[in-house]
Amino acid sequence: MSDNLRKVVIDNVEITVNPALTILQACEQMNKEVPRFCYHERLSIAGNCRMCLVEVVGGPPKPMASCALQIKDLRPGPNGESPVIKTNSDMVKKAREGVMEFLLINHPLDCPICDQGGECDLQDQALSYGVDFSRYREPKRAALDVDLGPLVETHMTRCISCTRCVRFITEIAGVPEMGQVGRGETSEITSYLGQTLTSELQGNIIDLCPVGALTSKPYAFSARPWELTKTNTIDVMDALGSNIRVDSKGKRILRIIPRNHDGINEEWLSDKSRFMWDGLNRQRLDRPYIRNTSGKLEETTWDLAMTAVSEKCSQETKILAICGDLINVETLYAAKKLMVSFKGKTECRIGGSYLPPGDRGAYVGTASIADIDTAERIFLIGTNPRIEAPVLNARIRRAWLRGADIKLVGEPAELTFEYQYLGAKIKDLGKLSEKFLKSNLKKNSLIILGQGALLGLHGPNIMQAIKEFKEKTKSELLTLHVAASRVGAMDLDFVSDIGFDSSIEWSEVVLNLGVDDYDIPKGPFVVYQGSHGDRGAERADVILPGCAFTEEPGTFINTEGRPQMAFKACDGVGEARENWAILRALSDRLGVPLPFSSLEELRTQLFQENPKIASINEVPSNSWLAPRKFSKECLNYSLRTVIEDHYLTNPIARSSVLLAQLSRNNRMVKSKKEIENL
Amino acid sequence: MLRRLDKKQPESFKFSAKNLSWARKQLKKYPDGRKQSAVIPLLFRAQEQEGWVSKPAIEVVAKMLDMAPIRVFEVASFYFMFHLSPVGSVAHIQVCGTTPCMLRGSERLIEQCKKKISSNPMEVTHDGKISWEEVECLGACSNAPLVQIGRDYYEDLDEAKFSNLISNLISGIKPLPGSQTDRFSSEPNGDLTSLKGKVEEEKNASVSLFSHDFGKKKRSKAKHPAINLEDKPDA
Amino acid sequence: MLKDEDRIFSNLYGMKDRSLKSSIRRGHWDDTARLMKKGAAWVVAEIKESGLRGRGGAGFPTGLKWSFMPKYQESGKPSYLVINADESEPGTCKDREILRHEPHSLIEGCLFAGFAMGAHTAYIYVRGEYIRERESLQIAIDEAYDQGLLGKNAASSGWSFDVFVHHGAGAYICGEETALLESLEGKKGMPRMKPPFPAMAGLYGCPTTVNNVESIAVVPTILRRGSSWFSQFGRPNNAGTKLFCLSGHINNPCVVEEEMSIPLKELIDKHGGGVSGGWSNLKAVIPGGSSVPLLPAKICEDALMDFDWLKEQKSGLGTGAVIVMNNQTDIVKAIWRLSKFYKHESCGQCTPCREGTGWMMRVMERFISGNADLAEIDSLLEVSKQVEGHTICALGDAAAWPIQGLMRHFRHEVEARIKANKNSNIAAE
Ligand SMILES: Cc1cc2nc3c(=O)[nH]c(=O)nc-3n(C[C@H](O)[C@H](O)[C@H](O)COP(=O)(O)O)c2cc1C
Ligand code: SF4
Ligand code: FES
Repeated sequence: MSDNLRKVVIDNVEITVNPALTILQACEQMNKEVPRFCYHERLSIAGNCRMCLVEVVGGPPKPMASCALQIKDLRPGPNGESPVIKTNSDMVKKAREGVMEFLLINHPLDCPICDQGGECDLQDQALSYGVDFSRYREPKRAALDVDLGPLVETHMTRCISCTRCVRFITEIAGVPEMGQVGRGETSEITSYLGQTLTSELQGNIIDLCPVGALTSKPYAFSARPWELTKTNTIDVMDALGSNIRVDSKGKRILRIIPRNHDGINEEWLSDKSRFMWDGLNRQRLDRPYIRNTSGKLEETTWDLAMTAVSEKCSQETKILAICGDLINVETLYAAKKLMVSFKGKTECRIGGSYLPPGDRGAYVGTASIADIDTAERIFLIGTNPRIEAPVLNARIRRAWLRGADIKLVGEPAELTFEYQYLGAKIKDLGKLSEKFLKSNLKKNSLIILGQGALLGLHGPNIMQAIKEFKEKTKSELLTLHVAASRVGAMDLDFVSDIGFDSSIEWSEVVLNLGVDDYDIPKGPFVVYQGSHGDRGAERADVILPGCAFTEEPGTFINTEGRPQMAFKACDGVGEARENWAILRALSDRLGVPLPFSSLEELRTQLFQENPKIASINEVPSNSWLAPRKFSKECLNYSLRTVIEDHYLTNPIARSSVLLAQLSRNNRMVKSKKEIENL
Repeated sequence: MLRRLDKKQPESFKFSAKNLSWARKQLKKYPDGRKQSAVIPLLFRAQEQEGWVSKPAIEVVAKMLDMAPIRVFEVASFYFMFHLSPVGSVAHIQVCGTTPCMLRGSERLIEQCKKKISSNPMEVTHDGKISWEEVECLGACSNAPLVQIGRDYYEDLDEAKFSNLISNLISGIKPLPGSQTDRFSSEPNGDLTSLKGKVEEEKNASVSLFSHDFGKKKRSKAKHPAINLEDKPDA
Repeated sequence: MLKDEDRIFSNLYGMKDRSLKSSIRRGHWDDTARLMKKGAAWVVAEIKESGLRGRGGAGFPTGLKWSFMPKYQESGKPSYLVINADESEPGTCKDREILRHEPHSLIEGCLFAGFAMGAHTAYIYVRGEYIRERESLQIAIDEAYDQGLLGKNAASSGWSFDVFVHHGAGAYICGEETALLESLEGKKGMPRMKPPFPAMAGLYGCPTTVNNVESIAVVPTILRRGSSWFSQFGRPNNAGTKLFCLSGHINNPCVVEEEMSIPLKELIDKHGGGVSGGWSNLKAVIPGGSSVPLLPAKICEDALMDFDWLKEQKSGLGTGAVIVMNNQTDIVKAIWRLSKFYKHESCGQCTPCREGTGWMMRVMERFISGNADLAEIDSLLEVSKQVEGHTICALGDAAAWPIQGLMRHFRHEVEARIKANKNSNIAAE
């Protein structure tokens, strides 16, 4: 036994544990469930619910809160015996029953109409420690509901004051806008003077609330948990690849909640990812369309649509396939193969951020998301992580709370941590003193490079400048993407030799896979394959309706280069088909049939050619190419961030009524703040 | 009942120049980076200036101390000396109602309040001048029953004396605080049972500080060179 | 009875000239530096030796508490002395007299205590309501700075020492030492969980000792007159002189310094002028502030005012605040009023106290008129047991004990009221 381990006896079993653990954590290690309401492993310890009480034998003659008491603070017996803990003695049972009774006396008995019903900690515990609480004869307390905005519904009579929500919003989200006001039995959990919440992570308090006080407004009264089909899959609203569970009933998705993944989203999810699902049911392309002679899009059949495409394509045609933000690797693989057989081109670098093909150490970087946890210095370059990846931003905040030093180059942003602003240009990195740079060599240092830094003509040079800075400072690099499909596309070399704009100019036929943020000029014949009737569809000559990411299986590679599988949660709408299958069918029509006829066959080939993608859920280490010489002009270029409106970055999000509302609220809050600051 | 901020809020709040410089000095009491410590003193000074703590005042204090407004509001709503709505401009009478005072008749004082001021606590009279509330133990139980008005305690009251006190306040007179009987401070009534000897001071410390405030420094015996009048709030 | 020359607080009532000069004449600040030259260890040892136990309520040995403070070299952080002048325990009004009339005993005590524990800074946390007391204290501190008794090289001792006055704004809970620290840090006064104890991580996360005003104010005299002088008063383990606050149904309520272990009857008769209506009219006494269970007249007869005697009677010395109730008292109502106090003062943080104090108060309220079931007496006692010992801080215990004391000694009265109330059964539906 190493010196810094300690022995304790818990319910007659002796275990050896790290003394920094709390009793509750030690119990968990031995799979012993200790009931709790206020304790949450990712939040600070409040110790206020008193549900986790245990008996410390030989200690003070009263039960102790196991969530707050560390093993190291337990006193050994008179002859150095291991401390003894009991988690199910009479004292403990009585204490917990007492606490339950207190929690229930003022709690409404409205489980049948409560959205938390079936997944309520209080309900569960009431069954185990259920007491007859009829001896409380006094009137139950009333409470004022607060309007927290369009996402979180409040039923404050159900609140048990565990303060999880307050701690989350303050500690993790980093926008202290909730609190417990007043005191004693009349204290209330509320936002500052009833203001609505602004955090882009606020939905997490719904999951955190152990009772039904905070529930999902959009999901309200849609279903009972046991009626839902639950599908574990991956989110695509940003490039993190947050692990989610999609709950559906029949064809409709009713809610999305996070799944834990320590390396990616822990157990959080951004509001955009959680609440975009109404967008999956609106503006859908449910059948093929074709532009008629009078220039209008009209409904057609798959057969006619395919014919129309094949009539435009011959081996001489200059065909270009472009890839939007939400396309899975399998679809891209099929599209790439198809283009190869036509000597066509492919491009994924929409928006013009320069990513160097083949150089994974640059376009993905060398660091994993979890490396933020150990970083002592973080350089944010051309990024606003708060809107580009809110969950990742929470991790940076945690690093800052831990003491990490954060510097920013690019557009100044209102973040949830303090940082030193160096300036808008790469050359502003030069403001760092020699002493600082020298000390950096001994630090865990991380560069988070946003797509905003790589925009435009200077992109390629800036990439080299960053590489030079990385080497000079011995930092790791995390290239932060905003599109879920981008890294996968880069891994498949879904790029052209001439860049995005030029390849459009070159093309005669564009196979547009869900690109909606780019206005294709007059000229080429455009085939739009996608799920939503958004901007891309408007410019199309032929529309091929595809499944959305929740309606087909597919692989996505996240911003740190980690491949993950998305799964089908429900059927596609109308005549929409799985995207790889559309391309497979098209290839037949074009007379160049693709060499696979099922998704399994496709994957076998894909993985053979790209073994890294087969290592699902692994972050491979990437090779690093030394920086090349570059033109110094780029240093004077003012960086800007790529996302203008966090809530409206892709066709699903833009179809969501709810996200539109959030975007509106957000703009209002912003302009109010600007006025105040005048 | 949870105390809530008044529905009617002023447009803005500003510390007077004197109070502002006082507030800045307060910050020096605490180590670097700990200025949040000053939140109670600053809110209290804001209340002394305006009579109550308003939303703009909360926000001004939050800005000065680099705190989120919700954190300041939590404090303002937690501590019961902060009034979250306006109180009587001349006097807000806080009657101690806890057991030691109750045993000596505080209920009768409360009756007086209901009769002469308003049937409900925290309700200001029509002219806006007087209001009252029952508070918990004021920590002067050997001089019970008592009330606090502003900075002062009026001790050893009975119904008649208290009624008189209210009348005085209504007509704009602020009587001398302290014991309303012959007692000097908290010594037993009548003959001293200890610490006998010459009485060197005219009034007990609380009362002479009141007199000092109101410029009634009759005797130069108040040898308090260090008391800094500048530090008195601008009210 | 204690002789005047053995009284530490010679100007308790403020009748003497209160200036620094006069305080010095009365013995304060006498040879402070010479005593400090004997070293911090000596100071701690003297206080341990004197048998001084904390005057804030819990009675923890003061010298021992100081010895828990780590050395600066161990913690690498500054240490703080924090003086608990929150005095809010109903019945208690002794620190008030020190603050306004004997401030120099406290200030000099701070210097000794700070020096003993390696602290260069003291904060005195005065309850918000004590505005004049705060002013009086500040005047004395200003005087002390002017005369070089505080600040750099305080009182020529070679020890730098600052004393700052801070204040609350109406919250009994801020008397609990960790809630006080939270409050001093600019937050709501919500008690912290222990461990870590303040001596390890207190104010601003630094080693901190919190002491009651009286505990510190007696220190200079103990050091001057010697630990054995102090320990000669009171029974063993209950040493010293002590400020008692007499309130309620007595002829001459007062604050008075007396010897520990003084008989309760003597205290009330000699200093308080007797129970209103005579000793035979006595019903009960709360001997140590609202938190301790009451004693019926029968027990009061022989009661000794010290920690151990009162503890044996399932009560406590607490703050030494004696609340006297005579036979004209509605004792159920008197205790209900305390329940109301605790409900009002619960910080609301932990479940048993937040929910239990209100519940107990409401049941007690019905007991006043007897509008209840007999069985509710036991269920109330059980609720009080569910609160007691299950909370973060001792306010939960403090709310439970007065009720338990009432039922222990006056259950028959509650029962009689319930039986007499014809509506009680109907209301119980
Ligand atoms: C609810 C509660 C209220 C308290 N109020 C006071 C108080 O007003 N003054 C005080 O000195 N101690 C009070 N205490 C005790 C303090 O927590 C602490 O024990 C004391 O200040 C230590 O000082 P001492 O060792 O000098 O007695 C209170 C404790 C509790 C649990
Ligand atoms: S016992 Fe009461 S006062 Fe103490 S922490 Fe718990 S809720 Fe707060
Ligand atoms: S989980 Fe330990 S007190 Fe709430």
